[in-house]
Amino acid sequence: MSQRITVLVEHLEGQPTDVTFELLGLARRIAKTNGAAVEALLFGETVRHLAQTLPADRVVMVEHPLLRYLAPEATAITLTTLLRTDPPWLVLIPNTSLGMDVAAWVAATLDWPLIAYCEALEQHDGQLVATAQLFGGKILADVKLEDRPTVISALAGTFATDALPPAPPGTIEHRDPPAELAALRTRSVVLERPEAADVDITRAEKIVAVGRGIESKDNLELAEQVAEALGAVLAASRPLVDAGWLPRSRQVGKSGLKVKPKLYFALGISGAPEHLEGMKDAELIIAVNKDPKAPIFSVADYGVVADLFEVAEALLERLEG
Amino acid sequence: MTIVVVMEQVPDVVEELVIAPSGTDLDRDAVSYVINEYDDHALEEALLLAEATGDEVVAVGIDTTGELDQALYTALAKGARRAIKVTGDFEGAWLSTRAAAQLLVPVIKELDPRLVLTGVQAPDDLDGQLAPTLSALLGWPHASVVISSEIADGVVRARKELWAGITMTLELELPAVLGVQAARQAPRYVPISRVRQVMREASIETREVEPVGDLAPSLMRLRFPAETSQAEMLTGNASEIADRLIELLRARGLL
Ligand SMILES: Cc1cc2nc3c(=O)[nH]c(=O)nc-3n(C[C@H](O)[C@H](O)[C@H](O)COP(=O)(O)OP(=O)(O)OC[C@H]3O[C@@H](n4cnc5c(N)ncnc54)[C@H](O)[C@@H]3O)c2cc1C
Ligand SMILES: Nc1ncnc2c1ncn2[C@@H]1O[C@H](COP(=O)(O)O)[C@@H](O)[C@H]1O
Repeated sequence: MSQRITVLVEHLEGQPTDVTFELLGLARRIAKTNGAAVEALLFGETVRHLAQTLPADRVVMVEHPLLRYLAPEATAITLTTLLRTDPPWLVLIPNTSLGMDVAAWVAATLDWPLIAYCEALEQHDGQLVATAQLFGGKILADVKLEDRPTVISALAGTFATDALPPAPPGTIEHRDPPAELAALRTRSVVLERPEAADVDITRAEKIVAVGRGIESKDNLELAEQVAEALGAVLAASRPLVDAGWLPRSRQVGKSGLKVKPKLYFALGISGAPEHLEGMKDAELIIAVNKDPKAPIFSVADYGVVADLFEVAEALLERLEG
Repeated sequence: MTIVVVMEQVPDVVEELVIAPSGTDLDRDAVSYVINEYDDHALEEALLLAEATGDEVVAVGIDTTGELDQALYTALAKGARRAIKVTGDFEGAWLSTRAAAQLLVPVIKELDPRLVLTGVQAPDDLDGQLAPTLSALLGWPHASVVISSEIADGVVRARKELWAGITMTLELELPAVLGVQAARQAPRYVPISRVRQVMREASIETREVEPVGDLAPSLMRLRFPAETSQAEMLTGNASEIADRLIELLRARGLL
């Protein structure tokens, strides 16, 4: 094991995703305190051009057509092969849809510990401590990092990028793809983009967002009315979209859209980490929730502990009356 | 052929959670358990697949709470053909994902399914997701964050959600493991009377297993998030709050 901190680079359609830079920034901050080197692992079909954009001490590249979209099996096998031959101290993997599939597989295969849902990684009394979110963000767990290779899957939108030195990287190395890629049991991987939506919530200045607190599809009408009265568009948390009450294009969060409106008015949304990821950078966040411990209040500018129906109706009365 | 659905009871996060005096677990007496919501979706997706293929759905769970029966009977009432509960000396234990996977692997091997479905994630684990962990231990391909699937010609075609509506459709050779985020349709409802009937007519199989050692991260403590929020809490009755909100929005030129 060397004092190396390795980051798995996530990219889509020729661009590293934001979380990649967040993890490189995190790795850099830890590296500074203990002299470790920061390594970026860049897999893809042809990714040479991306290597130049990565601020790391070393970029290790593996190119293969099957690595094009970073699909789970090919990525996990390639990553495991590299890590096994030259184990680093920490492996940082984004806790995204792509990363989630890889992190647990790699950790289980190598028999290394995994700390998932990590939102902070900091020195405390000379000891590196990871903080993970549990129970929908209602509880945090502090975990001591041992002196052994450890996989960490870290939340997107959580780590600052200010510690990053300017790219290009120190060195760029090329590795052969592992032989196992010839025997994958993933036969095809197709990427699809969504059709254009009726409303683009990422461009909206004002958003009224509803969550499971709205209780039924019929009650959505009340939220629509509030949105209309405020000149806002209606968006929602994931469960409402899964229930088919609103189209996918209205979903805010990790697997939905990231929004940054001037106003985000959240009604009956608990504020699970996956939701916060999509809206915490809104300029003004007002949240109504009957649970005073709802994590949404941790990102809100103004909070109201109340029944959303009462507040919505009172608002409507004022605005329309 | 068989499709296995793995089900787990998790603390209901809508309720108030209390940290136990040990500082490293919840106060389990204060917890009420619900079935992990993504397991309902995994079960629904399994039932839809089975309706199309004639496969048999087997619901499997590890009984860490002593209360798993209700969830398994519900699965039977919805259309699962068998239900198996893994029991052992771990009641009240907080199993890591790795330990759960190790306990489940022999049961899965015994059932010899062509597909294993789990919920995409549960809120109670520190060490990541079960589906990719099982995939690694079983040596089967997998995808998580799945929102629809189809079995055809020796493969499962699974649609995985990335973000912003972008999806990845993978064709995986069977047997395979999927972590289900959402079923193609909302999970079906089953009346309690039907569950009661099933409780009288069907039985849950058990598999007694030995606890496994595992490689859980070394947990120092649990804590509540610091009250770092700058949120100003507005109080009063609904109309006073409405007035304040309108005032606030006007002051910012948002109305
Ligand atoms: C891989 C992955 C990706 C995900 N992506 C997303 C995503 O993109 N977007 C997303 O939103 N979620 C996403 N989720 C789901 C996320 O984890 C939460 O389950 C979800 O955000 C919860 O939605 P909610 O807040 O509406 O519901 P709940 O968590 O059920 O919260 C409902 C809230 O309403 C409150 N409430 C109830 N009744 C009232 C009332 N009358 N008045 C006021 N308040 C009331 C309750 O106190 C509660 O806080 C994802 C999950 C996974 C695993
Ligand atoms: N202890 C467990 N017992 C049974 N199923 C589990 C257990 N842990 C995880 N699972 C399954 O894996 C899914 C995802 O949980 P996790 O991987 O822990 O985030 C759950 O929804 C269950 O389907």
